[in-house]
Amino acid sequence: MDKFIQLTLTGLTNGAIFALVALGFVLIYKASDVINFAQGDFLLVGAYITYGLIVQVGLPWSVSLLLALIVAVALGIVVERFVLRPMIGEPIISVIMVTIGLSSLLRAIVTSFWGTMGRQFPKFLPTQPVEIAGATVPADRLIAMGVVAVLLVIFSVFFRRSREGIAMRATADDQQAALSMGISVQKIFAMAWSIAAVTAVLAGIIVANITELSFFAISAIGLHVFPVVILGGLDSIPGAIIGGVIIGLLQTFVAGYTPSQLALSSVIPFIVLIIILMVKPYGLFGEERIERV
Amino acid sequence: MESGIFHTTYNKDMALRRTPIMRWRIILAVIFLVILPFVSNGYSLTLANQIGIAAIAAIGLNILTGFTGQISLGTGGFMAIGAYTSGILAAYMGIPWWLTIPFACVVTAVVGSIFGIPSLRLKGLYLAIATLAAQEIIQWAIVRSPLGTDALVVPPIKIFGTSLTKLRIAGFGGIDFWFYWIIFLSLGGVILFTVNLFRTKVGRAFIAIRDQDIAAEVMGVNLFRYKLLSFATSSLVIGLGGAILAQYRGIVNYERFTIEASIFYLAVIIIGGLGSVSGSVYGAIFMVLIPAILNNIGRALGSTAPEIARLVPFARQAVFGLTIILFLVFEPEGLAKIWRDIKDYFRLWPFSY
Repeated sequence: MDKFIQLTLTGLTNGAIFALVALGFVLIYKASDVINFAQGDFLLVGAYITYGLIVQVGLPWSVSLLLALIVAVALGIVVERFVLRPMIGEPIISVIMVTIGLSSLLRAIVTSFWGTMGRQFPKFLPTQPVEIAGATVPADRLIAMGVVAVLLVIFSVFFRRSREGIAMRATADDQQAALSMGISVQKIFAMAWSIAAVTAVLAGIIVANITELSFFAISAIGLHVFPVVILGGLDSIPGAIIGGVIIGLLQTFVAGYTPSQLALSSVIPFIVLIIILMVKPYGLFGEERIERV
Repeated sequence: MESGIFHTTYNKDMALRRTPIMRWRIILAVIFLVILPFVSNGYSLTLANQIGIAAIAAIGLNILTGFTGQISLGTGGFMAIGAYTSGILAAYMGIPWWLTIPFACVVTAVVGSIFGIPSLRLKGLYLAIATLAAQEIIQWAIVRSPLGTDALVVPPIKIFGTSLTKLRIAGFGGIDFWFYWIIFLSLGGVILFTVNLFRTKVGRAFIAIRDQDIAAEVMGVNLFRYKLLSFATSSLVIGLGGAILAQYRGIVNYERFTIEASIFYLAVIIIGGLGSVSGSVYGAIFMVLIPAILNNIGRALGSTAPEIARLVPFARQAVFGLTIILFLVFEPEGLAKIWRDIKDYFRLWPFSY
C-alpha cells in the first residue's frame, strides 16, 4: 500500500509537469492550429539558461528565474514572427517540419554552449522529505506540484476573465470573425507563443530542479507530451491537465509494477496514443471537427 | 525561339521524357554515373553510396507523403524493419544475401500497411502523431527483443563463392565499388518504378487522395484500399533502402533508425521537393553532402583552429535545422522547383515572363 501511495504521489508530480508542458502545446494549437514539435526544446532552453545564470554567472536564483522568463517571452515572439508567420496558409507538413527544424536549431544552440552531459542543477527548492499517508515525498516535488496547480488556475482565470484571454479564445474559434471584431490576430499569435514558451521554460526549470539537468531526459518530455495532448484532446485545456495526470500516473505505475528490464514505461504512453487515435481520435475533451469539401 | 513546351499529340504529352533535351540529360547522367566509380577515390564513393541509399528511402517516403499526402514520421522505424529482417535472415538463417532483400521488402510492406490502418480515420497531423508512435513502438520492440542494443553483424556478402571485399576485376574492387553498382541499379529501378507508378490508375488515385480525399472518394476511389496500398508501396521501397543499408554496412544498429532518421528523410523530401521523384534525389544529394562538407571544414580547421573545429558537430545540427526553416520559408517547393525555374529561365530567354 505504501508503494501505491508513493507511486501515486510521484505520478501526480510527473503528471503535473506533463500538464504544464501540454498546456503550452494546446495553447499554440488552439490559437494558431500549429503543432509545436519544439516544445521539449523550449524546456531545454529554460533549464540550461537558468543553470548558466545561477552557476556560471553567479546570479541569485530569483533574478535568474526572472531573466529566464524574459528570454522565454522574447523567444516566443521571435519564433512566431520569423518562423511561423510565413507558414500561415501552408500545408500541415510544412508547419510540422518548420517546428522540427526549429527544434534542431534550438538543440544545436543549447548543446554548443553546454554539451549533452548531465549536470547537477542548483536546487533552490527545499528537498527534505515530507511524509504523507505513510509515503515520503521530497518537498521540492510537492512544491513543484503546487506551483503547477497555481499556474493552471491562473491560466484558467486568464482565459475566462481577462480581455486578452477572451480575445485569444475568440481567435482560436474563428480568425476572421476575431479580425472583424478588432482583435489583432498577429498579436494574439505572438502572445500564444510567448505564453507557451514561458510555461515550457518553467516546466524545464522544475524538471531540472526535482531530478537533474539531463539533456536527454528533458528533451524526451517533448515527445511524451504527444500522448498527453492526444488523450486530452488537442484543443482542450482541461484535457491537457487531465491527460497529463493520467499519463503521469500510468507511466509511474507501469514503471513501478512491471519488470524494469522491459522498460515498458517508456513505450506505454505511445501504445495508449495509438489506442486513443483508433477509438476516439479527438481525445477525451477535444472538439470534433467536421470537414467539408 | 522557344516560348514553352507544346505537344501536338497525346502520346507525346504523356511520354516519360517529354523533350529531346531531357533524353540527352538522362543519357549524360547515366554516363557520368557509370564513369564515376572508376575515377573517384574511396571517400567519394562512400558518399555516393550514402546518397544512393538516402535517395531510395526518400523516394519511398515521397510516395506516401509527397504523392498521397499522408505524413509519416516513421521512416526510421520502417527502415529498421527492412534492415533487421535482411540482417537476421542472412546472419541466423543462412539465406543468401540477394534473397534476403526481397524478403525484407515484403516484411516491411506488411508492417507498413499495419501501421497504415489508422490512416483511414486519421489525417494530417493526427496521422503524423500516429506514425510517430509507430516509430517509438518499433524502436522499443527492437531494443527489448533478444537483439537488444547490440549491433547485429551481417555476414559479408559472397558472389560465386568469393567475398565481395576480396573480389577484384582489373584492379577495381572493394566493398564500396561493388555496392555502388548494387545501389545505383536499385535506385534506377526504384526511379523507373515510381515515375511509371504515377502514370497508372493506382498512382493517379494516390494523387487524387492527396489533393482532396473526400472528392476522391466521391469519384470512386476506395480510400482505405488505396491508402493502405500507398503505405505498402512506400514501405516496400523504404525497406529496400534499409535492407541494402544493412548489407552494405555489414552491421545493423538501432541507433541508425531513430526518430532522427525519420526527420532526416522528411527533411530530404521537403528540401528536394514534395511530390517529385527527381526532387528526392536532389534532396538526398544536398542533405548528405552538406554535413560531409562541414565535416571536412572541421577537419581542415582541426589543426589550425581547434576552437572552431570543436563547434562543427553543433554547427551541423544547426545548419540542418536552419536549412529546413529557410527552405520552407523561402522555397517551400524545394530544389526541384529551383531547378525548374532555372530551366524555364533559359528556355524562355529573353522573354521570361
